[in-house]
Amino acid sequence: MSPDFAQLFEYFLIFIVLLFITGLYCVLVSLSLIRILIGIEILIKASTLLIILAGYICGRTALAQSIVITLIVIEIVFMVVAGGVVLWAFRHTKTIDPRKLSDLKG
Amino acid sequence: MTLDFILLSCLLLAAIWTVMTIRLIRSIVGLAITSMILSVIMYRLDSPLAAVFELSVCAGLISVVFIITVSFTERVSKEQLPVRRKERFARFWFLPFILVAAALLLSQYLNIPKIELPLPVYGQNVRNVLWNLRHLDLFGQVIVLLAGAFGVAVLFKESKK
Repeated sequence: MSPDFAQLFEYFLIFIVLLFITGLYCVLVSLSLIRILIGIEILIKASTLLIILAGYICGRTALAQSIVITLIVIEIVFMVVAGGVVLWAFRHTKTIDPRKLSDLKG
Repeated sequence: MTLDFILLSCLLLAAIWTVMTIRLIRSIVGLAITSMILSVIMYRLDSPLAAVFELSVCAGLISVVFIITVSFTERVSKEQLPVRRKERFARFWFLPFILVAAALLLSQYLNIPKIELPLPVYGQNVRNVLWNLRHLDLFGQVIVLLAGAFGVAVLFKESKK
């Protein structure tokens, strides 16, 4: 790794870690299912940036972009299904507080 | 480098605002802004196609999905709002301090070893990589899309009365 790229990587990595901490904190502390999904979105954004950065530093941007496109497709499907689950939970329990979803069957 | 620093700072600030704001709609707008800034950074990192995907899907489609989800749930009443705000503040006031501490620690002690990277492969086309090298990914994407459509159909199926 050339010194320039090492510096760039360190520089971006600090922000990626901070973004990851923000998302993780949101997932752990939030008391709303929608906010938990928003936290997961922020975590996914941190990983997306890390993949693109790795591709840029290695000079394999095409490969990184193809992986990110796959990640975005999976992300949207996950979000749509998770949104459906949130609505289903709200329809049955009239709340989106995960603490009150304790009377599930099974 | 300065522009990168400004963009990364804006990205982090938008993410913090998304997490800390009280109204869900504002959170969703913050998430869309985060996606927009991320797509600019991706464009600067020589990944224009992924940036366009990020902008259209994450800033557009996912925001719409979130807004639809929020519109079906219950609105916080004006009486509940001060209580909720106080609760949120009690839970989230740690976050800026944690982030500042993490940034200081990382800037002091982060030391990436100088490893030898493989030779760069410039000039490769995303289309070639996606269709020739990663064609199994496309197969996986189709399966995931079908599974998602099936999942939504099952979740929203009206029960017989």
